[in-house]
Amino acid sequence: MKQEIDTLLQETIERLATIDSAKDVERLRIDVLGRKGTLSHLFKKLVESPAEERPVLGKILNETRVRLESAFEEAKSRTTSISTHRTALDISLPGRLPHLGHLHPITRVSMEIAEIFQRLGFEVVEGPDVELDYYNFEALNIPKDHPARDMQDTFYVTDNIVLRTHTSPIQVRVMEKQPPPVRIIAPGKAYRCDSDVTHTPMFHQVEGLMVDKDVSFGDLKGVLTVFVHQMFGADVDLRFRPSFFPFTEPSAEVDIQCVMCRGEGCRVCSETGWLEILGSGMVDPEVFKMVGYDPEEVTGYAFGMGIERIAMLKYGINDLRLFFDNDLRFLEQF
Amino acid sequence: MLISLKWLRSLVNCDASPDEIAHRLTMAGLEVEAIEPFRFGLERVVVGSIRSIKQHPAVEHLQVCKVQGSGGSLDVVCGAPNVVEGQMVPLALDGACLADGAKISSADIHGVFSQGMLCSEKELGLGEDASGIMVLDSNLSPGTPLAEALGLDDDVLDIGITPNRADCLSLVGIAREVAALFGLPWSLPPISLKETGPPVETLTSVSIEDPDLCPRYAARVVQNVTIKTSPLWLRQRLEAQSIRAINNIVDVTNYVMLELGQPLHAFDYHRLDGNRIVVRRARPNETFVTLDGQKHQLQSNMLLICDASHGVALAGIMGGLDSEITPDTNTVLIESAHFQPTGTRRTAKALGMSTESSYRFERRVDPEGVLTALDRAAQLMAELGDGELAAGYIDVYPVPFRQESIQLHGSKTNRFLGTDFTREEICKYLESIQLKVRTAEDDLLVVDPPSFRADLSREVDLMEEVARLAGYHRIPSASPTARLAAAKPAQDQVIRQRTKQLLAAHGFCEIISYSFISPQAVELLRLEEDDRRRRLLPLRNPLSEEQAVMRTSLVPGMLETAVRNQRQNNFNLRLVEISKVFFSRGEEELPEERFNLCGLLSGRRRPAGWNEPAQSVDFFDIKGALEALFLDLGVADIRWANTDLAPYLKPDAAARVLLADTCLGDLGEVHPRVLEDFDLKGPIYVFDIDFDLLMEKTVSLKKFKPLPRFPAVNRDLAIVVSGSVAAQDLLDYLEQHPPQYAESITLFDQYQGKQIEKDNKSLAFRITYRSGERSLTDLEVNEIHTAFSQKVIAAFQAEIRS
Repeated sequence: MKQEIDTLLQETIERLATIDSAKDVERLRIDVLGRKGTLSHLFKKLVESPAEERPVLGKILNETRVRLESAFEEAKSRTTSISTHRTALDISLPGRLPHLGHLHPITRVSMEIAEIFQRLGFEVVEGPDVELDYYNFEALNIPKDHPARDMQDTFYVTDNIVLRTHTSPIQVRVMEKQPPPVRIIAPGKAYRCDSDVTHTPMFHQVEGLMVDKDVSFGDLKGVLTVFVHQMFGADVDLRFRPSFFPFTEPSAEVDIQCVMCRGEGCRVCSETGWLEILGSGMVDPEVFKMVGYDPEEVTGYAFGMGIERIAMLKYGINDLRLFFDNDLRFLEQF
Repeated sequence: MLISLKWLRSLVNCDASPDEIAHRLTMAGLEVEAIEPFRFGLERVVVGSIRSIKQHPAVEHLQVCKVQGSGGSLDVVCGAPNVVEGQMVPLALDGACLADGAKISSADIHGVFSQGMLCSEKELGLGEDASGIMVLDSNLSPGTPLAEALGLDDDVLDIGITPNRADCLSLVGIAREVAALFGLPWSLPPISLKETGPPVETLTSVSIEDPDLCPRYAARVVQNVTIKTSPLWLRQRLEAQSIRAINNIVDVTNYVMLELGQPLHAFDYHRLDGNRIVVRRARPNETFVTLDGQKHQLQSNMLLICDASHGVALAGIMGGLDSEITPDTNTVLIESAHFQPTGTRRTAKALGMSTESSYRFERRVDPEGVLTALDRAAQLMAELGDGELAAGYIDVYPVPFRQESIQLHGSKTNRFLGTDFTREEICKYLESIQLKVRTAEDDLLVVDPPSFRADLSREVDLMEEVARLAGYHRIPSASPTARLAAAKPAQDQVIRQRTKQLLAAHGFCEIISYSFISPQAVELLRLEEDDRRRRLLPLRNPLSEEQAVMRTSLVPGMLETAVRNQRQNNFNLRLVEISKVFFSRGEEELPEERFNLCGLLSGRRRPAGWNEPAQSVDFFDIKGALEALFLDLGVADIRWANTDLAPYLKPDAAARVLLADTCLGDLGEVHPRVLEDFDLKGPIYVFDIDFDLLMEKTVSLKKFKPLPRFPAVNRDLAIVVSGSVAAQDLLDYLEQHPPQYAESITLFDQYQGKQIEKDNKSLAFRITYRSGERSLTDLEVNEIHTAFSQKVIAAFQAEIRS
């Protein structure tokens, strides 16, 4: 019996050395190690052998199995690698690409802005693009015949219906519907009848609003600082500058350190080192009165920013009109 | 608002640099948008030193001077009688522009190449003397810009004044701010009047018939004035701020407006009928010719300044042609009035006018500043026009101005701003801009704002002033804190983003096109008369006919985008847009707004590659793109119909997408005639889906089904049926009459051709059988499948394909 075992081992190893096809290796493996193979047959014979020899023979058989298995493994990998070698691929040829799709940079940036504010607990809401004059202007403390209306060139549908000139009317619609506290951001399209190198008649904004007890101007600064640092990097400096919006008091423009020149002064920032990126302020008490909130009870802040502007700064896009030309050579870069 | 720094510095003695002044103003809410050097029209005019003078070889009265400017000497031909060697004179170089608009360029003058021009005072616009070359101080160094040499150079701040800060539309307004920001004193220019003429009451009178639009009107009269050019200092200040100098009287009205912010008007007294002023609303159909020669049709809500019989000025906007100051004017009536802001604005808007005057009145001029401005103008006109000022003034002030005190709480201010200012600090800031502060109680300040700050009427307005004057940088940023509240995820937004991402993953490129389109678009799409996409919402003031209506379909914008890309030789297009469309609901109602989803495919099915056969997309690519989306969104039971097809699609390659009985939209190949109209190269495939409807059907939570425990058995069924049978008919039948144990039925082949009878087609289905309880045997599956096959064959008069 021991003889038989040795012969099997020796012959198998010799035969394996002459085989160079993976298929033949596998065939031989089945003959030797398969369920009905030689080794299996030997294991069956072990049962019939004298009891005193069994432990020794069993041990030998097991060792032999292990050696055979590793011999087959080796042969398998040898023959497989040979066959690969024979039909070698020119792996330098380009791969077969699927079509690559692209999200519009406006979508990318507005998703990023929304994500930042959602992490801070703001809820995303929307409103109509075609808006009542009341929501777009009057409820935001911009009465008819007020010079503040000159700040925005408005598309009119009728005397009382306009294309919203900003996303701010959404603030009013939300406050009309729900009692404080409010914590929302509202992305969307806005329209102004102006078209030149730096204006497109349609553009995108994100509006933000927080109303609660004792919300302070310091809170506004804090939230927008977090936003700027997440959007543009924690090392980007920002400053708040007094300004005027009819629906906030006090109002502030927010400038960030120029992302092109890092504040050194360049063409993009008109040599000032600063770039205006958003308007903000404390909600004017008149706006609260319009929606039935008590300005003695709650305070709040609001802010709004142009998405195109942020996308231009983020990606270094130099022409606003590219956003709406939808030229694939542009879109495919994002 | 342009502000001359030299002029500003004459009111507030601030020696900070222009940049520093600009920065402080900007950080106090008066944004300096630019600092421009001003050279009083003397660009490229320098001090020249005459080195030698020679007779011109050809023309007797001309000389050729060698003049040294900044570089070497230049030859300049000159005909002036007073040139002398060693003089310093103004040298206009190539490119300089003279007062009369003439441009200097080097030129051959009778055989001598002259490289510039020596100028007289008049030629430079510096004075009236035209008799010879202007002779300059001999201590000047050659090459110095003339404006600098004469002290005429200036820096001009361009300040963006927000609508609430009408008080800053003047030199004095800005001086007040600068003084407050730098902690400096400032002063109004001193006014001293010599009233040498007769009492004004004997000369004129004023009556206000409409005090609601004109709460105050004051006037003075200056007699025996000489109309002439204003002195250099005055013209310089006007022109630094882009106001054209005209004559001494008109210039004074502008000068005082710039200085004090009060617009004035000067009438030719003798051309006023009855020598008096009546302030009234225009009569119906009254017309009026303004001094720019325009004739205006007035409405009865417009305020008109009149003499005894006619209109003489559009109140606060522009004077009339008939009473303007002319070279022959001898006596001037000065108007200094307060016109109500919205009235002025309505009139100016209605007449399409905007002037320096109307701009200020619309934003509100200080009603208490009327007399100061009147006196200032009277003084200057008398001085500069050698006139005699009538004694006294007229001041009709039927509705005197009153301003309420404001209460300001220190603790509330600090809570609102997030600061800890002391009461003293708050007082200091408010007093620095001339607010009168009275302390009532410890925490309470009572503040009287000055008459020029109409924007200050509430406590919050004063809080803003405190924040602004302290500087926003002094307010500490608080880290965001808020009560936790579970924000509802905006399901609509989430699904839209998910769809965009899914389609991008399938190789689509997202576009965003304008919400407005041409009304022609619905014709190009050949929409039926009753198609709801004809419910267009027109804009009243579109930028162009191409953008005149709100879109009711994304398809036109999508096709336009394809056109633009094809023009760039880009024919492999996979585009998608999710945006709103708008359906009019009539004049006085907001339109219905719905999100639509539009996609477009054309060109290669797969990107070009070295081993990619060039295959073009077809109907089933666009259909597959939608099917993939429906699967992902969990929308089941979609049906595809070939009735009531979209008119812009090819009828034999189009379908309608149905969900239950609702039409979700259309898909298919764009009709060749539509392609032609848009100038597109086809074939082009599009889908157009009502995304809001689709969203309603979207399954937000998918349910898990346990994995099968027993093996499946597949059997194929290939049958030949009449060509008129749609695959869908068979699939529907199979689905409604499934054999026992059928787990799924899929169509895997369609054949039409030689191997089968003409007009017939072969369809092959794979049926997967599986039991949930045990392994099925081949035998029992065969039995079921055979019986089932017979049933299908009978139902469709089909044959088994051999």
